[in-house]
Amino acid sequence: MRRASLLILCLILVFVATAQAEERPGVLHQIDLSGFIAGELQVFPEGPQFDDQLDHYQPSLIFEPEFSYDSQSRRHQFNFIPFARLDGQDDERTHFDIREAYWRYVGTEWELLVGLNRVFFGVAESRHLVNIINQIDQVEDIDEEDFLGQPMINIATQRDWGRVDLYLMSGFRKRTFPGPEGRLRTVLPVDEDSAEFESDLDEGQPDVLTRYSHFIGDWDIGIYHFYGTGREPVLLPVADGTEFKPRYEVINQAGVDLQLTREATLYKFEGIIREGQGRTFGALVAGVEHTFFQIYESEADLGILAEYLFDDRDDDAPVTFLDNDLFLGTRLSLNDIQDTSALLGIVTDLENSSTTLRLEAARRIGDRWKIEFESQWFFNIDDTDPLTNFKEDSFFTLRLSRFL
Amino acid sequence: MISFSGRKLSQSIILSLFLSFTVGAPAIAQSTEQKGFEISARSDRSDRGFSDSRVKLKMILRNAAGAESARTLEISTLEIPDENIGDKGLLIFSSPADIDGTALLSHVKILKPDDQWLYLPALKRTKRISSVNKSGPFVGSEFSFEDITGQELNKYTYEYLREEPCGELVCDVIKRLPRYEYSGYTQQIAWIDRKVYQTRKIEFYDRKGDLLKTLSFEDYRLYQKKFWRAQKMFMNNHQNGKSTDLIYSEYTFGVGLSEKDFVKGVLRRIR
Repeated sequence: MRRASLLILCLILVFVATAQAEERPGVLHQIDLSGFIAGELQVFPEGPQFDDQLDHYQPSLIFEPEFSYDSQSRRHQFNFIPFARLDGQDDERTHFDIREAYWRYVGTEWELLVGLNRVFFGVAESRHLVNIINQIDQVEDIDEEDFLGQPMINIATQRDWGRVDLYLMSGFRKRTFPGPEGRLRTVLPVDEDSAEFESDLDEGQPDVLTRYSHFIGDWDIGIYHFYGTGREPVLLPVADGTEFKPRYEVINQAGVDLQLTREATLYKFEGIIREGQGRTFGALVAGVEHTFFQIYESEADLGILAEYLFDDRDDDAPVTFLDNDLFLGTRLSLNDIQDTSALLGIVTDLENSSTTLRLEAARRIGDRWKIEFESQWFFNIDDTDPLTNFKEDSFFTLRLSRFL
Repeated sequence: MISFSGRKLSQSIILSLFLSFTVGAPAIAQSTEQKGFEISARSDRSDRGFSDSRVKLKMILRNAAGAESARTLEISTLEIPDENIGDKGLLIFSSPADIDGTALLSHVKILKPDDQWLYLPALKRTKRISSVNKSGPFVGSEFSFEDITGQELNKYTYEYLREEPCGELVCDVIKRLPRYEYSGYTQQIAWIDRKVYQTRKIEFYDRKGDLLKTLSFEDYRLYQKKFWRAQKMFMNNHQNGKSTDLIYSEYTFGVGLSEKDFVKGVLRRIR
């Protein structure tokens, strides 16, 4: 992985030089620096459930600078985003990654991207079901919104009838997991390094994804097929029963995401069919989001969200707690100068009533600072529900970021 | 472009002549509406025909106590010649730093909600968003979404009020009544000068009919000997004491943009 990253970095530098030479000579466009540095404190009010887990406080530092360069014609784009977290408690959470390092060429009808990138598919709020390109950086958060950079070649074409993307990928990224000291982990810690692959090529297995996306009137649609090593591992106990080892299988997955936008109401649907992990199964998220604008004659908007989640996978597939669940949420945007916003969501299992609640709030301070608060609580967790691993891990996190 | 607007103009003159001959008495009411429309149309059309443009914008937001906050963005516009279809616009923010790379793509509609997509770089996520409410504040400023995208001729019906001096110029004063069902305004009063036909000032009246805001346009410059663009706009909110300045710079016309630069797929390549 490290060697591949270095190689990509060198390639990018060569491309930058080439693009420079191609454009007006002597006019050196500036490389744009952005991104952030943040300090974070995560607090677990309850004592740990498992041996070795940290007691209450988990401070850390995060670095995510972003270097970008566009050629004068804007046909060549370069992006480089390294990432690092230094964690005060969990050595496995202290980690480094290259989130993005790519060269993109934008033609009139064709686009080409080579390098590491993050790509997001989907419309739902409670689960990012169809999102599949990037491995989840699980030690960052359990909300599945942090991703490891994926090496890829992406060829895209935009036509009147829509957009087609072809992603050719290899250099599989293994999911990160908390170490023995970490909270929000499985009963046994997961040893990432002992990972097994169904493919004889291990991480070298090529993945191919083809996606069509378009919008027609009020409808936005995306549909894809993926073949390759699935990003979700099955966790198997190792022989001595002290750890889990992840096993990654080759899968076929078809996915569709749909959104209908009607005045202040959004209707959302995501569905997948996956073959290769136990019995072929389907899963879906379907819901609505409605916004009440400028409530009580203020400038604030209040959204309400409801989504139903269903997943038909069997015990041979990776575990999910979102098998038959209902999500209810509300989103408040003050639309003020500081962009103050808050999101509250509750997911309840319709069979065993296990419930988790998450609150996120953010506000800018001045021009370059931002303060964020996140909290997740686990209630009424049934012993048979996968969330039982987290039942003592209700937390709140305070993060202060300085943007570069 | 000149022949295009000339044809439209002569058509409407013929139409108004026809109406005044056939319906008699209501012709006076008709003619103030017609005159208001024609002056607004001349103003609107004098700036059209540019096909596409790109400009940098600095917004300075000021609260009642005078504390300032700035936003910088780049606006690309694709002109749609058909006046019954709105233009397309792409806004890319570069500051404040935490929203660097955030982008908003709009396909403006005349009487319906716009098609709008928001791109959030932190999540790499493109979201189709509801745009039915155009009266909410645009990035915390005193401009609403409606003010940003609202300068399309057919979004209003018009009524000619009077002529009066405006600074060193003489202006036609025109009442504009929003045709959009969910507009935040009951009416706007616009001052359009008689020399180069540009809007010099607009007063906005809220849903209760009270004066809400005044927008003044300053430092008009002529581009490509055809297109007048104000370099500065000042919006003052009379009800909350806040104000927002817009400072435009680096106007470029004929960038070579096309429909393909204004589809949601382009949002992913912004950052």
